[in-house]
Amino acid sequence: MFRYSKGTAGREIGMVLVTLVFVLPLLILLNVSLKTSGDSIAESGFTLADPVSGSGFAEAVGGEGQYSLLRGAINSAVITGGTVLVLIALGSITAFTLTRITSRLSRVAFGAVLLAIVLPSQLSLVPLYSGMRQLDLLGTRTGMVLLYSGMLMPLAVFLYSGFTRSLLKEYEEAAQMEGAGRFTIFSRIVFPLLGPATGTVAIFAGLIVWNDFFTSLVFLNGSDAVTLPVVVYSFVGALVSKWNVVFAAVILSMVPILTAYVFAQKQFMQGFAGGVKG
Amino acid sequence: MSGAALTSPATPPPAEASARPSPPSSRSGRRLSASRVAAWWWSLPALVVVALVHYAAVVAGAGYAFTDFNGFRVRSFVGWANFREIFTGAAPLTALTNTFVIAISFLVLTNVIGMAFAVALNRTLKTRYVLRVLLFAPVVLSPLAVSYVWKFLFQQTGPINQVLGAVGLEGLQRTWLGDPGTVVPAIIVVMVWQHVGLTMVIYIAGLANVPVESEEAAAIDGAGPFDRFRHVTLPALRPTVVVASTLILVQGLRVFDQVQALTGGGPFGASDTLATSIYKETFVNGRFGFGAAMALVMTVLVLICAGVQMLLLREKGDD
Repeated sequence: MFRYSKGTAGREIGMVLVTLVFVLPLLILLNVSLKTSGDSIAESGFTLADPVSGSGFAEAVGGEGQYSLLRGAINSAVITGGTVLVLIALGSITAFTLTRITSRLSRVAFGAVLLAIVLPSQLSLVPLYSGMRQLDLLGTRTGMVLLYSGMLMPLAVFLYSGFTRSLLKEYEEAAQMEGAGRFTIFSRIVFPLLGPATGTVAIFAGLIVWNDFFTSLVFLNGSDAVTLPVVVYSFVGALVSKWNVVFAAVILSMVPILTAYVFAQKQFMQGFAGGVKG
Repeated sequence: MSGAALTSPATPPPAEASARPSPPSSRSGRRLSASRVAAWWWSLPALVVVALVHYAAVVAGAGYAFTDFNGFRVRSFVGWANFREIFTGAAPLTALTNTFVIAISFLVLTNVIGMAFAVALNRTLKTRYVLRVLLFAPVVLSPLAVSYVWKFLFQQTGPINQVLGAVGLEGLQRTWLGDPGTVVPAIIVVMVWQHVGLTMVIYIAGLANVPVESEEAAAIDGAGPFDRFRHVTLPALRPTVVVASTLILVQGLRVFDQVQALTGGGPFGASDTLATSIYKETFVNGRFGFGAAMALVMTVLVLICAGVQMLLLREKGDD
């Protein structure tokens, strides 16, 4: 039943065409980034880059100070990496603790963490901004790691809790019999078993932090710790319509994420579908 | 996606509910063994961080909403004045209307198109994996980067107007982002383009739970593809629809990046949303109190949506 029929072939051709139109903006992006500045303004986006020019990329890479993509990339990598590490370390152990201890207080705490997922960050922005300023954390990478870790902790605990809850207790009990201490049991037995959840947390949180524009614009604009999206934003603002440079900068900012996506498409898609479903 | 935009609306896990009515003896037994594998204070660092960054900050933010806080000091409490301005001022009302128009259109279009893609790519197509990977790709890109690509497409001399000219529809050509009449739909197009891949994978995951046998049975009974979808597939997808809708709706209500990158709220505030107004009022105009009031309005809207979702899911569970 439901074999490959003529109708299926029609559907296949239709979907291939739809997808081609769908990815057309990305093809135009690549095409325009390879033009000379003059061509990128004068020519149609559909006209193939001729001559192919690396000048857009050269100028994008050559940005300095607040326009330095390299500095933005380093800041983004440090902040994203730091946040993901904190979320994995604290999220896993917190989810484990809150799902293993079945007291009422633990349930209330767990519920409060989950509710925090839907609270929009905009309302907490002003107090956090004043608080960070008082602690001298405004415009620092440490401050951003702390901030993002706090903002995304509920999501990390939520994603981990789905796994810790379904974890068989037999392993822990066996280790207990062997005389292993509590923390050893968690770090040597439980945490490795949470591998898939760790992957999901890393993908989700990594993407959110790497791509985040709003929070980093508010807390970092004008500082030395500006992340890639803020650098691209300032850069594009200063360029007016040198589209080849704009698009080169845009492509460079996408490269790390796209590389990760190409190598782990399945994990990305499953992570999103599964993480969203809960 | 800004901030925790991707966050899934949390549904209370069923295991929690089933643990509650268990008899006291087994419960205390489990608690004993539980306390031997986990120490309660292990959760403290994360709980403190959540309490500070989410709850304390939200409460303080809500407090500022009733003041004229300028970022440095509170001069006076102004009661409901900020909120009166939001619901009577022309600019805040435009932002509120835009936010609703964007959120609702985003919700409907992203879900309908994403579901159509999911159904079309669910089975049998030989290229389905490649197509899924391509259609999902925009989801992982930064909204800012995506917006710049579309800014080029929407230009006066850009590809969209060129295509319209080439097929003889010169009458439809316009400066999409500069025209107050088309700027909001243009922003919606960008958001939908970036997110249909997300709803698509959510629906593909949902479709995996629809047994192929029930579709086959319906087909044997003579149901055409449309009837099969309408009467077999769609009802089975209902919980997925609720989850995907809430996720997309909440994201739509807090849209910032796309608007800021495409138009900065222009022309003349015609495309401002709640989030861009909050940013402008707070960090450009220094009206922290007024910005907090707008953020409070937005938070209430988001919480209402999340609450409605919980109710819809619970209703489903009672069936």
